[in-house]
Amino acid sequence: MKRILEANLGLVFFFLYVPILAVVVFSFNSGEQISVWEGFTLGWYAKLFEDAALWRACRNSLIVAGVATAVSTFIGTTAALAIERYRFRLRTVLTRCLYLPIIIPDIVLAIALLTFYVQTPIPLGLASVIIAHCVFNVAYVTIVVRARLQGYDSTLEEAARDLGANEWQTFWRITFPLIAPGIIGGALLAFTLSIDDFVVTFFTAGVGYTTLSVHIYSQLKFGITPKLNAISTMLLANSIVFILLFLWFQGGATDSRRGDA
Amino acid sequence: MRRNYQLFVLLFPIVFWLVCFFLLPLLSVFIYSFLERGTYGGVRWIFTTENYGRLFDGLYLGILWRSVSTALVCTAVCLLLGYPFAYYLARYRPKHRNILLLLVVVPFWTNFLIRTYAWILILRTEGLLNSLLGSVFPNWSPLELLNTPLAVQIGLVYGYLPFMILPLYAALEQLDMSLLEAAQDLGASPRRAFWHVTVPLSLPGILAGSMLVFIPTVGAFLTPDLLGGGKVSYIGNVIERQFKTARDWPFGSALSFMLMGIVLVGTILYFRALQGREDSQAP
Repeated sequence: MKRILEANLGLVFFFLYVPILAVVVFSFNSGEQISVWEGFTLGWYAKLFEDAALWRACRNSLIVAGVATAVSTFIGTTAALAIERYRFRLRTVLTRCLYLPIIIPDIVLAIALLTFYVQTPIPLGLASVIIAHCVFNVAYVTIVVRARLQGYDSTLEEAARDLGANEWQTFWRITFPLIAPGIIGGALLAFTLSIDDFVVTFFTAGVGYTTLSVHIYSQLKFGITPKLNAISTMLLANSIVFILLFLWFQGGATDSRRGDA
Repeated sequence: MRRNYQLFVLLFPIVFWLVCFFLLPLLSVFIYSFLERGTYGGVRWIFTTENYGRLFDGLYLGILWRSVSTALVCTAVCLLLGYPFAYYLARYRPKHRNILLLLVVVPFWTNFLIRTYAWILILRTEGLLNSLLGSVFPNWSPLELLNTPLAVQIGLVYGYLPFMILPLYAALEQLDMSLLEAAQDLGASPRRAFWHVTVPLSLPGILAGSMLVFIPTVGAFLTPDLLGGGKVSYIGNVIERQFKTARDWPFGSALSFMLMGIVLVGTILYFRALQGREDSQAP
């Protein structure tokens, strides 16, 4: 029985990592042939620097992800504070509604926003993509910050107030430092989701406002080139750095909590 | 009074955003699904239920069935691979367990487009799998794997397997091992203890994982588009075509609304199952 379980473990990891490794390995392949190994080169990476369209897409992606992250981190944090520290009517309705942007298929969210935009003065450009990304980002940020708020005692805040701090002081000196790892974690998650999103961007970006994911997709439709492997590898590296940062902040959070206890 | 004011300030941004950019857009697709298509894309503001009538066309029912059955197969395969995996991981030496868990989380958050594209490299006729098999068996005739329903199925399982493993792991890790020992002390065989203790106790994980796999796969657009090559249609692709090429926005809206209906039914069934379980456990 143990043998079977071990074999399954190996099989699953093999299955999860072989495709990713294939992309990474072949990004260093010198041949034009994309599935036959012909020798090591960094040439495809060098070619990326000459690609103006790629850099425009890259810049758009950073603008979208940067602004969407800032806005959704603010909205998600205030929402989490309201939900965890106050009791109000429709609180349950709000918390359930916040799961909806995560639950509904992304293509439905994308076309809902598209049909909405064409009826408003909001043009299809970068702003429309940023607004759209915030819809799913706020849901994720709220979940991460709420988890952090649930993780520690609100008696700390009560103690601060008993000792004469006003609400503003209590928030900035007690609450904020305690939930900061949650806020940073939420922001990192939002940034990663935003950079990686394809479907919602594909429908809500106007012509000429290409992000990195949409750029890769349209290149794929023209045909597969080794250069695509190089772009993909760089995006994969970016995701991995952000996940590790996210986990590091979350892990640091649990450690410091244990230290307090 | 002051507290009410604070609450208002905290709630205003989220309520504003959800109402304006989530609920209103959903309302807008709903309205679009009852309009007539315009000649050059867009809509004409004339009420009709014809878009929903077209859904019952044999062609679209077939596509719907393909999407739902593919999503169900995907969920089942993920469960078959994921359950033993999560079970073993939950009992792994704690020191190495976190590293293995990290290795599951990494694909979970890496770019979905690229992870799907990777399979094109592997499954193409002149791809890695065929060239590997070709070097092992000299007389190998390359398989046409890309642009088939099988390729789509593989891509979906690959894309969503971590969504199954993580909730299963969370449920199995919390499992109280003394319950299993008690079952065996009372004479249950390991197999009986597994089916009567472990499986029922991990049911919330099974349900959550199945939900997280089924919902995105039933509406998947990217995987069928890249690995199915547009040769096999799924709901997601048909919706995309209505908006990008066919320019029949009202029909695309009706399809989206139906897709949302399927997802909502799935979600309600999930909460029912969870509720039923809690009720039966109550003393």
